[in-house]
Amino acid sequence: MILTRRWSAVGSVVLALAALVTLVPFIFTFLNSIKYFKDIVTGALIFQPTLVNYDRLFFSKQSAFIVNTTNSLIIAVVSTTLVLAIATLGGYSLERFRWPRRFTGILAGWILLFHMIPGVTMVGPFYLMMRGLGLYDHVLGVILSHIVLNLPLSLWIVQSFLADLPVEMEEAARIDGASNLGTFLRVVVPLIAPGLAAVAILTFVFSWNEFLFALNLTTTKAATIPVGIAKFAQQYEVRYGEMSAAAFFATLPAVIFLTFAQRQIVKGLTLGALK
Amino acid sequence: MTALPLEASLPRPGRPSLREWLDQRFRYWALAPTLVVLLALTVYPLIQLLRMSVSTVRFAEGRVIWIYSGLDNFRTFLTDSTFLAAMRNTLLFVIVVVACEMVLGLILALIASQTPRLAGLVRAILMIPILVPAIAIGTVWRLMYNFEFGIFNQVLRLFGLPPQNWTGSATFALPAVMVVDIWHWTAFIFLLMLAGIESLPIEPMEAARVDGASNWQLLRHVVLPLLRPTILVALMFRTIFAFKVFDEVFLLTGGGPGNATEVVSLYINRVFFAQSRMGYGAFLSIVTILLTAVFVVLYSRTVRRRSSAI
Repeated sequence: MILTRRWSAVGSVVLALAALVTLVPFIFTFLNSIKYFKDIVTGALIFQPTLVNYDRLFFSKQSAFIVNTTNSLIIAVVSTTLVLAIATLGGYSLERFRWPRRFTGILAGWILLFHMIPGVTMVGPFYLMMRGLGLYDHVLGVILSHIVLNLPLSLWIVQSFLADLPVEMEEAARIDGASNLGTFLRVVVPLIAPGLAAVAILTFVFSWNEFLFALNLTTTKAATIPVGIAKFAQQYEVRYGEMSAAAFFATLPAVIFLTFAQRQIVKGLTLGALK
Repeated sequence: MTALPLEASLPRPGRPSLREWLDQRFRYWALAPTLVVLLALTVYPLIQLLRMSVSTVRFAEGRVIWIYSGLDNFRTFLTDSTFLAAMRNTLLFVIVVVACEMVLGLILALIASQTPRLAGLVRAILMIPILVPAIAIGTVWRLMYNFEFGIFNQVLRLFGLPPQNWTGSATFALPAVMVVDIWHWTAFIFLLMLAGIESLPIEPMEAARVDGASNWQLLRHVVLPLLRPTILVALMFRTIFAFKVFDEVFLLTGGGPGNATEVVSLYINRVFFAQSRMGYGAFLSIVTILLTAVFVVLYSRTVRRRSSAI
């Protein structure tokens, strides 16, 4: 399909417009985050920029945002590390070793079902479970929920990268006397490194973003950034500047990852659906 | 017993060391963590959910008290008009947003596949909403819809029109939430479609070109039929995920005004936590899980039957 030059120009304009529509809300929020309150509520186009909102967000006495940020980082890093280990081993075992057909069929169906049902249906039992284990309002409780929420997509990514990998190199390593574990660590893991990068980035981002479980499994001590932002928004006091600053700050990991690893992210996102 | 000559010539295996023994069972312990996570964090909660759905769960002095309540939750369900309203809102929401996202995403992907130079940058920008916390998106749009200084009311004022209370009015609240979802998720369809288009075989298109097909004919009779599997999968995934909508609605309207934007996830969450009715929340959860499972099975069957008929 090669379009004429005029249609191609129309197409470029449409794409540029789509990009603009995507960006406007972020620009609007960023501008509000560097405005004084009076400039926000009057919708001033020309204003004196300020960092007071960021300063208040992080350093004011009532603000828990530093605690939220620390929690979000701990939860995202630990969940990502564990999901990476669990999904790589599990995906390898399922993809490369012989298991009964019926067993893998049921397992795959179960994982798909769990991935598709609304998370809210699981949040009740999780709440009772974490209370029972004494993990309510503890980062570990949120970490456990984020592990299981991210496991399905991670397994699929690992399995599909393995499916594209010829088995010969692993066979060669075994003939040379390598153990199963040695083959896995020294041959397989380096070869599917791009897939593992996709798993790590997406798990980190989804954990950083996750709201429903973090909301219901924490109160203050283990609350994450999304929970903190939601509390901001629900307070009666109108702190638009700090809300904007918090929302803008929360988008940073996504933007950073998109700058450096767009290809892995696209592959991971599309694999999940087109498996 | 007489050993076979071949076996006799091999070095006699002694007792395998622990390391060898473990390595022979590599596949078992490699899969073990996955199975443990699935059993402890999906199977066990589901069993708990079933138990909760026939119980009344109370909290007293930090302890959880389970009281068997038989079909009480089922009876409550039969007369629960809020759940019906939530289901109706959710289905309307899903139909509108998925239709818009599919059409817009497909059109953008078709255009992007024709302008490869622009596609990379545009793709990166369009993807930002997918990777940003939905709560941040809710906040951003809450400010966009703000009565005083929101961008929509600023535009209305510019044209001398009266400003609207977008998220607070029974008329505009649901459409306002839909707009946010379309803004958020069109890029996902765009990504899937672009990946699908880029992996299409080139021969059928060249053949159609040689036969003198116009752009429109090429699109209608070659590209879209080839894209069909991708479109059907994208349609299912978006439908399922749109049905889960929670974060943005929580932040934008909280389900209000009245029940105008009450959706299933929001309502179940409210029953669980704001109303502390763990048992009834579990019952609604099971209904929702069953509906999801039935939809997925019916959809895949229909799609498979149609595809095999071609």
